Amino acid sequence: MRLNLRIWRQDGPNDKGKLIGYRVDDADEDMSFLELLDVLNEKLILDGDEPVAFDHDCREGICGACSMVINGQPHGPQKATTTCQLHLRHFHDGETITIEPFRAGAFPVVRDLVVDRGAFDRIIASGGYISAPTGAAPDAHAVPVPKPQADRAFTAAACIGCGACVAACPNGSASLFLGAKITHLGELPQGQPERDSRVVRMVQAHDDEGFGGCTNTGECAVACPKEIPLDVISQLNRDYLHATTTRR
Amino acid sequence: MVTLGERAGRRAGPAGAKRTPSVLLKYVMAVSGAIMLLYLIAHMIGNLKIFFGAESIDKYAHWLRTIGEPALPEETLLWIIRVVLALALVAHIASAVILTRRAHKARPVKYAYRPPVKGSYAARTMRWGGVIVFLFVVYHLLDLTTGTLNPHGVQGEVHANVVADFAPGRWYVTLFYALAVIAVGFHVRHGLWSGLQTFGRSSAATQHTLQAVALVVAVVLVVGFLSVPFAVLTGLVA
Repeated sequence: MRLNLRIWRQDGPNDKGKLIGYRVDDADEDMSFLELLDVLNEKLILDGDEPVAFDHDCREGICGACSMVINGQPHGPQKATTTCQLHLRHFHDGETITIEPFRAGAFPVVRDLVVDRGAFDRIIASGGYISAPTGAAPDAHAVPVPKPQADRAFTAAACIGCGACVAACPNGSASLFLGAKITHLGELPQGQPERDSRVVRMVQAHDDEGFGGCTNTGECAVACPKEIPLDVISQLNRDYLHATTTRR
Repeated sequence: MVTLGERAGRRAGPAGAKRTPSVLLKYVMAVSGAIMLLYLIAHMIGNLKIFFGAESIDKYAHWLRTIGEPALPEETLLWIIRVVLALALVAHIASAVILTRRAHKARPVKYAYRPPVKGSYAARTMRWGGVIVFLFVVYHLLDLTTGTLNPHGVQGEVHANVVADFAPGRWYVTLFYALAVIAVGFHVRHGLWSGLQTFGRSSAATQHTLQAVALVVAVVLVVGFLSVPFAVLTGLVA
C-alpha cells in the first residue's frame, strides 16, 4: 500500500520545526506503525537524508517509550493500542497521515518526534513509591488484599507512563497519570503509611513541572493505551482533600 | 524515559512549593459554582410564581425584601445573598482565569491537526460560555434588578417589568435571554459533574449516573427559566 506522511521535523529544542511531506510506496498492511517509520528511515538514509527521530523500545506495548500523535490522536486512532502495536491495516491505501510529537510545555521536543518526558520521572521521584526495607520477598498472601481493591490497584498499575494523557488533554494536564499512581499505591496496604504525604508531594511536583489543571473533559481516558479510567482523577482529588484537611 | 538527574534535585520535594496547586483552585471553582447553582435553582423556582398571577410574584418579591423584619432591617437577607454570590462569582472567575492561563502555558504549541475526540460540546465551551453567561448577568441585573434597561422599570412591579421586557416587539431581548439561558444549561451540564468529580464523589460505578443527574438539572433549569419569556411571548402571561 502507498501512504503519504506529513511528519513534524525539528532539528533540536530551539529549532522552530515544520511538517514535511513524505511518500512511502512499499508499505504493507501487516507492518506496525513504527515499522513504517523504519522503512521510511532506511530510504532516507540511502538518499543521504536525515532519518526521522522517534522514541521506541520494547515494541510490544508495555514499556511506554513510543509516543507521537497520529492524525490528531496520541498513539493513533486504534483504541487501547500503543503506536508500536498499531498496524497499517487500520489505514487505507493512499491515505495522508499527519504525525506530530506529543505537545506539552512540560514535554519539550528533543528532536522530530522525540520529546523529553523526564517530568514524569520527577513526579514519581517526588512520592510515587513505597519506602520499604529491601530483603527477601515476603510470602504471597502474607498481607491480605480484598479482591476489589486488588483489581482496582491493578487497573491503575497498568499505566505505562507514556504521556498520551498529557498529549490528549486540552489543558496539558497529567492528572490521569497522577491519578493512576495515587490509586495504584493508595488501594494497597503497603501504600497506606505514605498515602497523605504522597498525594501532596506528587500534586505539587506535577504543578511545578508546568502541567495544567484538570477540567474533566475525559480526553485522557479515551487516548490512554492502557484504558486507565477517568475515576482515578476523582480518587486523586479525594485523597488530596483528605490529606490537606487532616494534616497537622 | 530516563532523563532523571539534571533537573531532578531542583524541583522535586515539598520545599519546591511554588504555586497554588490546580487541584486546590478546582475546589474553589467547585464550591463557588455550587453556591451559584443553588441560587440558580431557587431563582428558577421563584420565577415560576409568575404563572400564579401578578399579585403572587410581586408579593413574593416583596416578601424576599422583608424576611426577618422587624428584627432585621429591610433587605438584610437579600444583601447577604448578594454579597455571598458576588464573592462566589469573583472566586469562580479568578480561579478560572488562573487555570486557563496555566492551561495555555502547558500547551504552548498547538497541534497542526487535532479533531475533537471525546470532550462534549459543554466541556469544550466552559470558558467562552462562562464569559457569555457573565456578560448576560451584567445585562440581566441592569434589566430586572435595577430596572435601568427595562422598558417599564418600576421597583416592586416584577410582573409588569417582565411582561414589558419580553413583549413580542422586543424579540431580540427574548432571543438573547434564551441563548444565555441555554449557555447556562451547557455550563451547568459540565460544571455540576465536573464539580462532583473534583470533590472525589465520582467513581467508575457512579460516573454515568452523576453525568445523567447533571444533564437533568441543566435541562430542568433551562426549561424553567425559558418558560417565563415564552409564556409572555405567547400571551399566556400578560
